[in-house]
Amino acid sequence: MSTSRREFLKRTSAAAAAGMVLAATGEAAHAERAAGLLGPASQGESAFSELLLRAIDAAKSAGADYADARVSLNRTQTINTRERRVGGLSDNETLGIGVRVLVQGSWGFAATSALTGDGVVRVARQAVLQARANRTPGRKPVTLAPAPGNQRGTWRSEAKIDPFTIPVEEKVALLLAANEAAMKNPQARFVNSSMFFLKEEKSYANTEGALVTQTIFRTQPSMTVTAVASGDFQSRQSNDIAPMGRGYEHVTEARLVDNAPRWAEEAVAKLGAKPVEAGRYDLILHPSHLWLTIHESVAHPTELDRAMGYEANYAGTSFVFPPDKVLGSLKFGSPLMNIRGDRSQPGSLAACGWDDDGVQPESFDIVKNGIFVDYQTTREQALWLEWYYKKNGKPTRSHGCSYAQSWADVQFQRMPNVSLLPGERDLVWEDLISATDRGIAIVGDGSFSIDQQRYNAQFGGQLYYEIRGGKIVGMLKDVAYQMRTPEFWGALDMLGGARSYFLGGAFGDAKGQPAQSNAVTHGCVPTRHRQINVINTGRSA
Amino acid sequence: MSRAAQDQGASSLSRADAEALARRVLGMSIATEARVSVNSGARGNTRFAENQISTAGDNTNTSVVVRSVVGKKVGQAATNRLDDAGLKAVVEMSERLARLSPDDSELVPELEPQQYQEGKGWSESTARLDPALRATAVTSITGPARAAGLVSTGYLETRATASAVANSKGLFAYDRDTDVVLTTTVRTADGAGSGWAGGASNAFSSLDPAALGARAVDKAKKSVGAAAIEPGRYTVLLEPTAVGNLLQLMTGAMNARGADEGRSFFSKPGGGNKLGDKVVDERVTIVSDPFDPETYGTPFTGEGLPTRPVTWIENGVVRNLNYDRYWAARQGKEPTGSAGGIKMSGGNETIESLIAACERGVLVTRFWYIRGVDPRSILYTGLTRDGTFLIEKGKIVRPVKNFRFNESPVVMLNNILGMGKPVRVSASESGNAGAPVVVPPLLVRDFNFTSLSDAV
Repeated sequence: MSTSRREFLKRTSAAAAAGMVLAATGEAAHAERAAGLLGPASQGESAFSELLLRAIDAAKSAGADYADARVSLNRTQTINTRERRVGGLSDNETLGIGVRVLVQGSWGFAATSALTGDGVVRVARQAVLQARANRTPGRKPVTLAPAPGNQRGTWRSEAKIDPFTIPVEEKVALLLAANEAAMKNPQARFVNSSMFFLKEEKSYANTEGALVTQTIFRTQPSMTVTAVASGDFQSRQSNDIAPMGRGYEHVTEARLVDNAPRWAEEAVAKLGAKPVEAGRYDLILHPSHLWLTIHESVAHPTELDRAMGYEANYAGTSFVFPPDKVLGSLKFGSPLMNIRGDRSQPGSLAACGWDDDGVQPESFDIVKNGIFVDYQTTREQALWLEWYYKKNGKPTRSHGCSYAQSWADVQFQRMPNVSLLPGERDLVWEDLISATDRGIAIVGDGSFSIDQQRYNAQFGGQLYYEIRGGKIVGMLKDVAYQMRTPEFWGALDMLGGARSYFLGGAFGDAKGQPAQSNAVTHGCVPTRHRQINVINTGRSA
Repeated sequence: MSRAAQDQGASSLSRADAEALARRVLGMSIATEARVSVNSGARGNTRFAENQISTAGDNTNTSVVVRSVVGKKVGQAATNRLDDAGLKAVVEMSERLARLSPDDSELVPELEPQQYQEGKGWSESTARLDPALRATAVTSITGPARAAGLVSTGYLETRATASAVANSKGLFAYDRDTDVVLTTTVRTADGAGSGWAGGASNAFSSLDPAALGARAVDKAKKSVGAAAIEPGRYTVLLEPTAVGNLLQLMTGAMNARGADEGRSFFSKPGGGNKLGDKVVDERVTIVSDPFDPETYGTPFTGEGLPTRPVTWIENGVVRNLNYDRYWAARQGKEPTGSAGGIKMSGGNETIESLIAACERGVLVTRFWYIRGVDPRSILYTGLTRDGTFLIEKGKIVRPVKNFRFNESPVVMLNNILGMGKPVRVSASESGNAGAPVVVPPLLVRDFNFTSLSDAV
């Protein structure tokens, strides 16, 4: 009943060859990248290929017009310590298959941990039944844009050292040593530190011939030092060390033991910082802070499903709407602002060879010289903008933004890395400070909140410095800035050059219902924004 | 458990199957002490947008978590591979992690076997909700919205799961329960108006999808053309969902250890905690009761400790803080054993009578993107959303633009002007099924709106 592997490979190598032609004609850069990444046609197979093929065949037999299947083995390890104690040491793995189908333009998705021949057939049929139930009256059918590029092969995160090969003992010893280093400061009363590692082995196949296998690594070392004085406590989080799509080398390079005394010192210094006087200030934002402002105010509102109302019930809609009124014309920010989406920056969290539609992602401009020029898309969504791409002589294709957090969840549009490109002048953090007469410099991300259309936002940080006459004159506390997105980016008048580029990012970007977690990197440089509203958040309840 | 049972994915394991699986795992352990948690079941969801189903999902899974103590060292591992090799591997991994870690100075021994009350949170009306029945429920919202020329979006989620805990001292606890949550946001086609409604329960039969949809449609229509009013301190009529959004932030901060260590609102200046102190209005009482039909919860904690009714705040006074077993032993207290859900006292008012009692104020449907600003005062920021209206002289007079707030639930509970009847709400921002939250609508003075938002 199932197609044999030989037949499948014959069928799919023709499709893959067709894909390569598209890539070579339309997307030269992509073809090059594909050539570098991909090996012989047999690549892309994994121990689960047979089950994947059986699942999509069963879906086809049951009436699916299109089907894809995803097996993922997801392993995570978490180590938490507190002062001289290990608070938690856990290693989790989860393995299963998710099958997605289109029946007469209606989606269905079902998933199971029962990875047997019968189990995958049953779940494929369940997905088809569900898709039939989902065909509500008067609906618009779903159609998929073509998937250009090679859809066969293997891909692996740029990780030098698989974190799961490092003994836990070594990891614990490093965290406890970092805690000791912080506790040498007598006012550093509480120290928490942790490491988190993920290794996901994911295989994907669809009825158009895609067959890919990817190994994804994510690593985050982190620390929080809390200083306590009578009636006050202040914390410093180590978010100048970002989570990354790398291996254990990221932990080693984070130099926790060397940095811990500084974090402790900064937590203590916050106790004695001067409360900010509310008002308008020029803000100089460090990349370790700015990445989150980009995430919330630029990356989220340029998600096409959000703009079209698909996320209205939770994540919200977008001020970047409607597409025909904003594409190519909305002034998002100052001409210094250039924003690009990608899944290719080495070590970034959203990097991958193929997205969960089986599409090879491409780099694409979102904001060009301050003007909004494109949304983030999947195969289902790219066709919604066909009129725009045709008008501009561009191919209508997905940018490769489909992602699901696990085998148990259906894939949908998730942001790739969305980054602010460096300015042309070779400026660094100190240059921005010395060019500023009266302002506040903010380091590290802190409290954050933004409305459901991404206009009104409020951000705190980790460290705040008062700037007078081009110099840092002291530390402030209880600082948060409130902004309206287009004005905030319009007020950008200085930014760092390539030398000051930094990759920030986060695990746990939530969107969708059920809420799914995405991991994403935002590259950026320090920026200056003129006359932004700052409030004082300190008060007693 | 048989292969067939696993394959059918029939989801939540019976007591006998869960116990057999747990015993099988414990039989592989060579640790000083071991604990096994088995969670199994089915989750289903249906999403809709543009008045039609967009995506849906059904999944089944059984996972096993093993916690091993070797000497005084602890390690934990989890898997969903249930063959002998998978289970052996997870036991060995937890033991290996334990051996590699330093002694745990806060180690608490595993519990002896305990007595539990029967959990009551299972509802067949939820467990049998398949994709077709979910689609029917969704259509009762999308149909009328479409007919009204509006655009509905929303989410229906069900969960039917069994949880079990067993340990090497012979303790075994088992419970199964269901949850359902249905939320919808209805917008005008031009995006000028937006209204939300939602509900949650353990029993689908207690939700009324059509009525919920009608409420969101009504708010969407009435919210068109919102104009700005100055930010500042306003009397607010917080609908129950908005109260739930904020109240759970305060109960979440009632950790005894954080309070005793001086890093919490519940810390006393100069040392100690606020147990016995009056911190909010004397009309406020907040309890957790896993056996109350409105707040059903699991009859045991993750360690197998029986859960029990807990009074957090009684007539404005802090009666309990949350003690885990280690901190309780150290401080000479009983461990709290809370099941998590919360229920707040209310009054006899209705939303209508609270509106009638308000000279000038703002009605809030729900809050969004609520994030901590300052743990010293439980200060949070966030925004109003999907139905914000101006009240003047006892009547809703017009929709107003959304506000950002910077406010503490402690302040909210000190500034109460009127209280209505408590109801179960969907208090999580994401619309996921969370712990039960039962709260009244509140009329509150001097609520701090700090800026305007153009978002609809």
